[in-house]
Amino acid sequence: MAPAQQDRTAWLLLTPMISIMVLVTAFPLLNTLWLAFTDAGLTGQGYVWQWIGLENFAYILDDSDFRAAVGRTAYFTVISVSAEVVLGVLVALLLNQEFKGRTLVRALLILPWALPTIVNAVMWRLIYNPEYGSLNALLTQIGLLDAYRSWLGDPATAMNMVILADIWKNYPLIALIALAGLQTVPKDLYEAAIMDGANAWTRFWKITLPGIMGALSVAMVLRAIEAFKVFDIFYVMTRGGPADSTKTVSFFVYQESFTYLRAGSGAAYALTVTAMSALMIAIYVVLLVRREKRS
Amino acid sequence: MRRSLTATILVYAAVAVFAMSVLAPVAWLFVMSISTANDLTTIPLRWIPEQPDFSRYARLFSLEEGSAGLAFLSALRNSVIVAVSATAIALAAGIPAAYSFSRFSGRMPLLYAVIVTYMMPPVALILPLYKVFSALGLLNNVTSLIIVYCTILLPFVTWLMKSGFHSVPVEIEQAASIDGANLFQIMTRITLPVAAASTGAAALFALLLAWDEFFYALLYTSDTRAKTLPVAIADFAAGRATDYGLISAVGLLAALPPVLIGFFLQKSLLSGLSAGGVKG
Amino acid sequence: MNSFFKGAACGLALLIHQSLPAFAEDVTLNAIFMKQAAYSEDDTKAMAKAFEEANPGLKVNLEFVPYEALHDKIVAAQGAGSSGYDVVLFDVIWPPEFATKGFLQDVTARVPKGDRDKVFDGAWTTVDYDGKIWGMPWILDTKYLFYNEDMLKQAGISAPPKTFEELAEQAKIIKDKGIAKYPIVWSWSQAEALICDYTSMVGGAKGSFIQDGKLSFDTGGSVEAVNYMKKTLDDGVTNPNSREYLEEDVRKVFSAGEAAFAMNWTYMFNMANDPKESKVAGKVGIVPAPGFKGKAEASAINGSMGLGISAGSKHPDEAWKFITFMTSQETQNKYAKLSLPIWKSSYEDPAVTKGQEKLIDAAKISLGVMFARPMTPSYPELSSILQKNIQQVLLGQASTDDAMRAATKAAGRLR
Repeated sequence: MAPAQQDRTAWLLLTPMISIMVLVTAFPLLNTLWLAFTDAGLTGQGYVWQWIGLENFAYILDDSDFRAAVGRTAYFTVISVSAEVVLGVLVALLLNQEFKGRTLVRALLILPWALPTIVNAVMWRLIYNPEYGSLNALLTQIGLLDAYRSWLGDPATAMNMVILADIWKNYPLIALIALAGLQTVPKDLYEAAIMDGANAWTRFWKITLPGIMGALSVAMVLRAIEAFKVFDIFYVMTRGGPADSTKTVSFFVYQESFTYLRAGSGAAYALTVTAMSALMIAIYVVLLVRREKRS
Repeated sequence: MRRSLTATILVYAAVAVFAMSVLAPVAWLFVMSISTANDLTTIPLRWIPEQPDFSRYARLFSLEEGSAGLAFLSALRNSVIVAVSATAIALAAGIPAAYSFSRFSGRMPLLYAVIVTYMMPPVALILPLYKVFSALGLLNNVTSLIIVYCTILLPFVTWLMKSGFHSVPVEIEQAASIDGANLFQIMTRITLPVAAASTGAAALFALLLAWDEFFYALLYTSDTRAKTLPVAIADFAAGRATDYGLISAVGLLAALPPVLIGFFLQKSLLSGLSAGGVKG
Repeated sequence: MNSFFKGAACGLALLIHQSLPAFAEDVTLNAIFMKQAAYSEDDTKAMAKAFEEANPGLKVNLEFVPYEALHDKIVAAQGAGSSGYDVVLFDVIWPPEFATKGFLQDVTARVPKGDRDKVFDGAWTTVDYDGKIWGMPWILDTKYLFYNEDMLKQAGISAPPKTFEELAEQAKIIKDKGIAKYPIVWSWSQAEALICDYTSMVGGAKGSFIQDGKLSFDTGGSVEAVNYMKKTLDDGVTNPNSREYLEEDVRKVFSAGEAAFAMNWTYMFNMANDPKESKVAGKVGIVPAPGFKGKAEASAINGSMGLGISAGSKHPDEAWKFITFMTSQETQNKYAKLSLPIWKSSYEDPAVTKGQEKLIDAAKISLGVMFARPMTPSYPELSSILQKNIQQVLLGQASTDDAMRAATKAAGRLR
């Protein structure tokens, strides 16, 4: 194809996606962008607003509670996404082996993921229940714990317990994508490597991982974006408590916009969260590209 | 390649551990769904209920006016319609876009721009869109949810498929091109089948994301005509007389359709592929 | 020419259409309610049906949402400028916000003057703000002190506590005798429930949230309340898990027979007496929440809800008719098993009191001393501030003085 024709084809293929995205998200995005520079409050008659420039952002930068929430959210994102990736790849490798009942076991992978987040959150809340939960019962009965304890009521454990619930639900996604990636790694590469005397460890790092890295990094980035705007699971399990120890950045956006009816600063918080997320992903992508170039 | 006996034992042991870790919490959910309120508050914990109580499942399949069953079944219907339609549209629009990004270089900033919209906390977009749908008369209508979900699904369907297409060698397309196939034929008959595993993963991913979405659905729907499963479940969990057994039962039933879909998807996609094999 | 005709015809049609409602009878009201135990969904539907039968031509379209979504749905519908709901159910803590931000219609002129005295004063505070009335109180609710009669008997305690000091003493006896490991259970999770218990205690200490015209939480009753909460935790008489509990958890712990005392809403009385739900059915005692020694004999938190007309409603008259029906003494007496009426004279009506005498006795006292949470348009934000700071004390992260001073300071900065 001639370059001009190529260009036209490329745009043509993109048209459906672009039209949907622009039609639906352009107005809300521009609206949010505009609101962020106003002191708009939501009233029964719509927004009452005044242009205030960067004031909202100055307030956010000065908000030490929000800074603490950024730290917590980053912790949640890093821990849960990295655990999901490690577990996901391990499970994908396992389910790629030959064994009896493989189809059935693979289907299990979808189970945690198919439970709606709200159900997952309620389920884990009940499992962690300090008095009637199965976790306390199990741990004391097998002798790992002396006395029942409060998992979600203790600031030292609450965050990690929610992370555990989140990992359980979401690592199957990574596993499935890694598993799909494994199907596209050419088998003859392995045969050649074995001929060359490469052991399993080397084969994993030299053939398997590079083979699935493309799909895996996409999945990782998507999970990281999701994790950074996490809301539902905390909303059901802890509502940000105890003593704000599980309050993530999305709580600020929600509270400002819906609970306190400050649409302006709510939008500013939303943009700040988006910018942080974009920055985080950009750094990751740059690192990834640089590594690819090196190898 | 043959496996040693130790390796085989290790594989089976690992599979057992994996299966347990997935099944144990769900099994507990099932136990809760058949336990009476009093059984659920016994210390030490009663792992198996004294008298299994299946009444919640019966309630969920009753069709009386205003019953839990009607709320559940209509939510199931709405969820299926919304998730399947949104996924279908997202794939129909996302696959050509992914193909374009993958085969024609130079438009990557556009992809990043689309992904940035995905980073925006939904809370920020919910009110402006509420206004739009209210003006269009689309509130409490599955159409509005399908439209919103498309925009949530599209960014990653596109991206995921782009990486899937990358692993398809350009050479086989060139061969087809020489044989006279047009671009559409190449995409649907050559590239897509080879990237079937990625397509399956993307489809499943999209389906479950739509299946799971809660906040938009909560605000945009108001009765059985449009409420989706997460909203219906939140309704069951609401109020000051929470029946955890009922929530557990609903939760388990809500997970069934995606599990079945996933089961068949992976059976035809993953195993079919590893049998045929892709030689690079 | 053609298009002019078309336009004129359209305009005419529109004119006729718009003037129609004046003659036409049929009006459909959209109303938003919540899923809950006091006045269940079925009962609310039955009430609405009775209203429709009594008022031909009026239809009511009911929507039920979880409490957590009620506020969000009301503001989303109004804020987006859609006509949305005509009748909204609102919590006692929202009128200042809804009134100042124009979500509700002022109904002062609609309320019959004579009704003012027939309804509990505490109930009126649910809908009063800024000297105006913003709706009718509908669900009258407060938190009571529930106790396990068997456990008290076993411990040799003859009467339930009248003061918070006595409550702690009795709990200590029960704990020392090994009858219950943690005798008292509360809902002190980071949620509104915590503020309800706290407010009740501040009321019981005759404290006030306003000092010199400013919100203040670092003196008198406030400090006494928080100190008391912390001390019962330190003494081991309060279940430490209270710090992650909501009302439903409290009900479960009490119904399982593991606590001697529990603070909870009216709904627990009937549920804890239901053998299917509870192991302590028939042994449930109920008294008003106590006060602090020398200050008050009882305390109560106003946890009521009201029905109002949303600002955007195009049928305020019909909406008011519906609200009047729903809050009427007749309707409320009929469903008094689930939620107590707002009307004083109902409490002398045998049809209302029968079978729940214990509850009615406690209610007569409690409803008279209902204490309100701070009345401010930025209440939701204030509540978050208080929740966080009180929890820090309960978790031992901060001293009462420091935390409450921080809360007062943050409250002073509210925008």
